[in-house]
Amino acid sequence: MTNSIITPELVDLDLDAADRRSATRELALRLVKQGRVTELDGFLADVRQREEQMPTGIEGGIGIPHARSAFVTQPTLAFARSEAGVDFGAPDGPAHLIFLIAAPDGGDSEHMTILAALARRLVHASFREALAAAPDAKAVVDVVTKEVLGQ
Amino acid sequence: MKLVAVTSCPTGIAHTYMAAESLEQAAKAAGHTITVETQGAGGADPVPADVIAAADAVIFAADVEVRGRERFIGKALVTAPVKRAINAGPELIEEAVHAAEAGSPEAAATPAAAPHSATARPAGAHRDVLAGLTTKVDKDAHFGTRLRQWLMTGVSYMIPFVAAGGILIAISFIWGGPQVASKVFGGTFHGHTYHPVITGIESFDVSAVLHAAGYAGLLFLIGKVAFFMLVPVLSGFIAYAMADRMGLVPGFVAGLIATATGAGFLGGLIGGLLAGTAVLAVKRVRVPRAFAGIMPVVVIPLLSTAFVGVIMAVVVARPVAAATTAMTNWLHGLSGANAAVLGLLLGAMMAFDLGGPVNKVAYTFGLAGLASGNTKVMAAVMVAGMTPPIALALACVVRKRLFTPAERTAGEAAWLLGLSFITEGAIPFAAADPLRVIPSMMAGSAAAGALSMAFGVTSLAPHGGIWVIGLIGRPLLYLVAIAAGVVVSAVCVIVLKSLRRTEPAEPTGTRADATNATSEPVAVGA
Repeated sequence: MTNSIITPELVDLDLDAADRRSATRELALRLVKQGRVTELDGFLADVRQREEQMPTGIEGGIGIPHARSAFVTQPTLAFARSEAGVDFGAPDGPAHLIFLIAAPDGGDSEHMTILAALARRLVHASFREALAAAPDAKAVVDVVTKEVLGQ
Repeated sequence: MKLVAVTSCPTGIAHTYMAAESLEQAAKAAGHTITVETQGAGGADPVPADVIAAADAVIFAADVEVRGRERFIGKALVTAPVKRAINAGPELIEEAVHAAEAGSPEAAATPAAAPHSATARPAGAHRDVLAGLTTKVDKDAHFGTRLRQWLMTGVSYMIPFVAAGGILIAISFIWGGPQVASKVFGGTFHGHTYHPVITGIESFDVSAVLHAAGYAGLLFLIGKVAFFMLVPVLSGFIAYAMADRMGLVPGFVAGLIATATGAGFLGGLIGGLLAGTAVLAVKRVRVPRAFAGIMPVVVIPLLSTAFVGVIMAVVVARPVAAATTAMTNWLHGLSGANAAVLGLLLGAMMAFDLGGPVNKVAYTFGLAGLASGNTKVMAAVMVAGMTPPIALALACVVRKRLFTPAERTAGEAAWLLGLSFITEGAIPFAAADPLRVIPSMMAGSAAAGALSMAFGVTSLAPHGGIWVIGLIGRPLLYLVAIAAGVVVSAVCVIVLKSLRRTEPAEPTGTRADATNATSEPVAVGA
C-alpha cells in the first residue's frame, strides 16, 4: 500500500457503466480492493447523499462524485474514462472523465490540502486533456502526481 | 480592479476549490486581482480585513451559508451557485466588475439581467444583518438621491399593505356590494342611512360587524386595518432607512400620530424624515461610557420619539386641523359658484394628498352634499378619487422604465384599486416622488372633477367606484370623465418623470427590466 492519492490500480481507462450509480460503484470497488475504503455500501451511501444534494457533473464532460466518509482510510482519487459517457447532471451532457474523490471523515488539513490541489487542477483544460490522452493507467498516475503534487 | 470571493460547497473537498481556481484564472485573464477564501473541509484561510476593505466587489460562489458574511457588508456583491463559478468563471468576474462600476447598490443589480440562475445582489447599502431588513440607501450619494432612497425604502415596505388592504376592500365591494362600507362605518348610501356599527378600527366587535354586513363587511374591515398601517409603515421605514433600527420607534410613532390626527401620508412622510433626523442627532451626543450600553435600546428611542411625537402633535397636527376647518368653510362658501370650477377644485383636492387632510375635506364635502341631496358633488369627488391609481397603473404599462420594480408591482394592483375608488393606491408613487406625481395627479383629477360637474353626472353612492355604476346618473359621461382624467394624469406624470435631469435612484431598474429580471436587494446575512 502506498501513500499516494492515486495508483494505477485505481484507474479504469475503459469504464462500462450505464449510469452514475454503477460508475461510482465500479470505481468504489477498486477503492475497496486497495484497502482505502472499508465498507462499500456505507461509502456509496455517503457519495449518493452528496450527489443528491446537487449533481456533481460540470461542463466539459466531467463528473466528480465525492464524499467525506467514515469508511475512507486515506484521501484517494479513483479515475475513469468512459467512451460512451455517464450522466452526472452537467448541463452540457454526459461525463467522459470521472473522478471519484474519497476523503476520510475528519481528515487532517494536510490531506485536505492535497485534495484541494487536485480539485483546483480539475478546472484546467490542460490537465483534463492530459488525462483524456493518457495511454495507460501509469500515465494517468504520472499526470496526477506531477500536476497535483508538483513531483 | 480588486475583487474578493468566497467559495463553499456541501462537502468542501471538490467544488469549493474548483470554483476558487476557476475564479482566479478568470480574474487573471481579465486583468483583475482576486483573493479567494475557500470555506472547505480543510478550514478557511480568511481574507485579511485590509484586502476586503480595498476590494471593489465581492463574489459569493456558495451552495452553503457563507461564514462571516458581515465582513463583506457595504461591498458590491454578486452571488451565484458554486457550480456557476466553475462553469462560467469569466461571466461571474464580469458581473462583479459591473457591480463595482455601477457603484450604487441600485446599479449593482444590473448583472441580474445576465443569463443563468445567478443573482447579483446589491450590498452597497447599509444593512441590518440581524433583522434581515433592507434599505436601498447609498451613504455616499448626494442628498437628493439619498432622500429619494429613503422615501423609496419606506414605499417598498408600504406597497404590500396598499395591495393587500386595497384588494381586500375591492373584493368586499364586489362580493357584498359597496354598501358594506356604509353598513360598517355608517353613512348614506342610495338614500338609505346606516348607523355605524363601529367607530374606529382600534376596537371593534366582530359579531356586530358580521351581523350588520356579513363576511364581506369583515373583509372590508380587515382591508381597512391594513390601510391603517400604511402611514406608520411608510414613516417607520423612512426613519429606518435613515437611522437604522433605532429609527423604527420614532418613525412608527410619528406615522401613527399622522394617521390619528388626519395628517395623512404627507404628514407621515414628514414624520418619518423628522424621526430619522432626530435619531441621527441624538446619536451624535457623546455620553459617558456607563450610558453607552443603554443608548440604542432606551435613550435614543426615548428622546427621539418624545421629540418627534411632540413636533407631530403640536406643529403638524394643529395646523392641519385648523386648515381643515378653514378649507371646509371655504368650500361651503363656494357652493353657489360655477359647478365646473367647484369640480375642478374638489378634484385637485382629492389628489393632493390621496387620503390626507385635504382629500378628506373634499370627500367630506361630497358626503355632506349626498346627505343633503346634492348628488353631483359626490360624483365629482368619486371620479377625481378614481383617476390617480388608474393613471399611474397606465403610466407603468406605457413607460415601464420610468418606474422602479417596486412601483411597477404597485401599478399592477392600482388598476383594481382605482376602479374601486381606493385612492390610496396612488400613495406609493406619490410618496416616492411627490414633486412630480402629486401635481400630475391633481391635474387629471381636477379635469375629471370639472368634467363630471359640467356633464351633470350624479352618484347616489359615497364609495364603490366602478362597482356602483348602477347608482350613477349619466354613467357613460361618468366613464368619459374618468378616462379624460386618467389620460391627463398619465401624460403629465410621464412627461414630468421623463424630464428628470438624471436618472438618480434606480438607473438599473430600467436595464434589468429589459430582460424581465427583477432584483430586490437582499440583506447580507439574512
